[in-house]
Amino acid sequence: MNFNSLAYDTSDEMMFGKALHPVRCGFDLVLGDGLVLPEINFTLPVMQVDNSNIKAILKQYMEMVSGVLQRLVILQVPGAVIEFEHAPQMTENVDMGARITAQTRKLMENYYHDHGLKTALRATICDIREKERPPKMRTGRAVGQMFESFKLNAQRGADLLSIESTGGKEVSDRALMEANLPGLLLALGILAPRDMHFLWKKIHNIAQQENVVAAGDSACAFANTAMVLADQKYIPNVVAAVVRAMSAVRSLVAFEEGAIGPSKDCAYEGPVIKAITGFPISMEGKSAACAHFSHMGNIAMAVTDLWSNESVQNVKLLSGFAPEVFTELLTYDCRLLNEALAGGEEDVIKRLLVTSDENKSVHALIISPDSSYDIARTIVKEKSDFERTRRAGMAACNIIRAAVRDKRLSLPEKEMVYLDRFQNEFEKYATEEHVLEAALPDYAELVILSEYGL
Amino acid sequence: MTNYNELQECIIKGNRIKARELTQECLDNGNPAKEILDEGLIPGMAVVGKKFQDGEYFIPEMLVSARALNIGLGILKPLLEASDVKPVAKVLVGTVKGDIHDIGKNLVAIMLRGSGFEIIDAGVDVSPEKFVQMAKESGADILGLSALLTTTMTAMKDTVDAFQADGSRDKIKIMIGGAPVTTDYAEKIGADGYAPNAAIAVEMAKTLVGGSR
Repeated sequence: MNFNSLAYDTSDEMMFGKALHPVRCGFDLVLGDGLVLPEINFTLPVMQVDNSNIKAILKQYMEMVSGVLQRLVILQVPGAVIEFEHAPQMTENVDMGARITAQTRKLMENYYHDHGLKTALRATICDIREKERPPKMRTGRAVGQMFESFKLNAQRGADLLSIESTGGKEVSDRALMEANLPGLLLALGILAPRDMHFLWKKIHNIAQQENVVAAGDSACAFANTAMVLADQKYIPNVVAAVVRAMSAVRSLVAFEEGAIGPSKDCAYEGPVIKAITGFPISMEGKSAACAHFSHMGNIAMAVTDLWSNESVQNVKLLSGFAPEVFTELLTYDCRLLNEALAGGEEDVIKRLLVTSDENKSVHALIISPDSSYDIARTIVKEKSDFERTRRAGMAACNIIRAAVRDKRLSLPEKEMVYLDRFQNEFEKYATEEHVLEAALPDYAELVILSEYGL
Repeated sequence: MTNYNELQECIIKGNRIKARELTQECLDNGNPAKEILDEGLIPGMAVVGKKFQDGEYFIPEMLVSARALNIGLGILKPLLEASDVKPVAKVLVGTVKGDIHDIGKNLVAIMLRGSGFEIIDAGVDVSPEKFVQMAKESGADILGLSALLTTTMTAMKDTVDAFQADGSRDKIKIMIGGAPVTTDYAEKIGADGYAPNAAIAVEMAKTLVGGSR
């Protein structure tokens, strides 16, 4: 399915906790149906992850999941998603990942039967294809392992299938450091969408066969990498914000191939996806400060359906283990939003979430409901993934320039230089042929084009 | 005596064409390759490094300068090798076993190269044994290990231990970096240092080899 219209008539219609197409999954859980629910994710403390240590690994997950479920019950949470995000070893050792999924699912089942706790399990399989350089995205050994892992995790109890896929990353990583627009267009407009079509067609098939939900992807490998590089002052913030908008197109492809949400928590392009598809999204902000810095602590919450902590290590804090503590934080964030929804005050809360962040950084500006809606509108006007990507980038430049012109946002001159350059270059590199001609001499050594069907 | 200001300026501005012309011109005027390197190219790149640290330059500007530097170095290299001039030091970098994240490692490599270090990149998911083997083969002075995950950083200890077991630990300095890593962890596993970012990694590498240019 190629989305060629928007799901909402205006950005004002987009609201946290409400999606046009709620998703039913797991133990009696419905997502995007009038409530914002927590999505809790956690990771192992420093420890060896291999088959020789499987007992200790399972014990850690038992402790984390039990602690989270217990606190969800005590806090009377109306529902939650538990995310099990694979470390690379857990996808490579297919059985290891599946055993953790099965154990987690069993605990969730017990809490559903004993306490009526509504939950669903998201399994996020690791994209292990990039271990080889240049990566073999379609023919490498890791491809089979990865799809086997999707299948086995679905069979052992995952309700939602996700991945933070990396097609095009081999080019994007270098192009980001060089702030090279032809390179970025090659990565995000040509390679990444092709890989997403290949990947999500198969993930959707597996989900259908196993009767689970193909949930969604994240442009983490591109846009979050860019954001982190910009935070460290390695690249301009405007480059990262433009990349965020461009990357929404490759993430949308998952939905064109059959995903129905919720998109991944670290996909800050989620509001664009929601504006186009009407499917529920997951987002992270201030309650994910345990995992990484961001500029979007409040604004990320404005139209979300799940509210996530991204990831936290299983370490002991004063009030309990970190996953339990972050379950509590997320719960109180969600309670506030749900109280606003129940009392008809959601517009006020949404406005405050947006205005408190929107003009303090270009990263927040670009994911605001209004900006996301503009970018989404630009995307659906175009037919090809390449042109959508290019136009999304141009729309981002226009949004940033308008904010600077209106003195809502302040950017130093050294950032504006890049905004000017990118705006000019978007005009210059107007076709795939132009981009391939300009980028391949610099990036051909990094990528196997045939692995993208080129 | 040649005034190297113009050559330095080419590096600072990243002017590759002019860098090639001026480097060749210096040689044609009879200046020794080592002098052109030490008084033209490297000081120019040092200014670039300072501008980056001061927030005046981003990595893309630094890369443009590094390319201009490499043009100059390319012209000088045969002469430098003939007169047995060595790089500041050789650094072997890699992402540890089980981990496939490498953008941090790549940044460190870029910045080290720009500071005159020779880089040998072992890639990602590198086993302790491979690090030991590559260190021996390359004669690396420093090993830079990267890991992004709590579940893979234990491979840093395995790598340090592998050098111990091999009996070659005292021949190489080991520095580590990555999101979950700390100074405490570096001390705990017997590494020589922890660098929280690429700029500090360069300073640390200079310190570890006992001086700076």
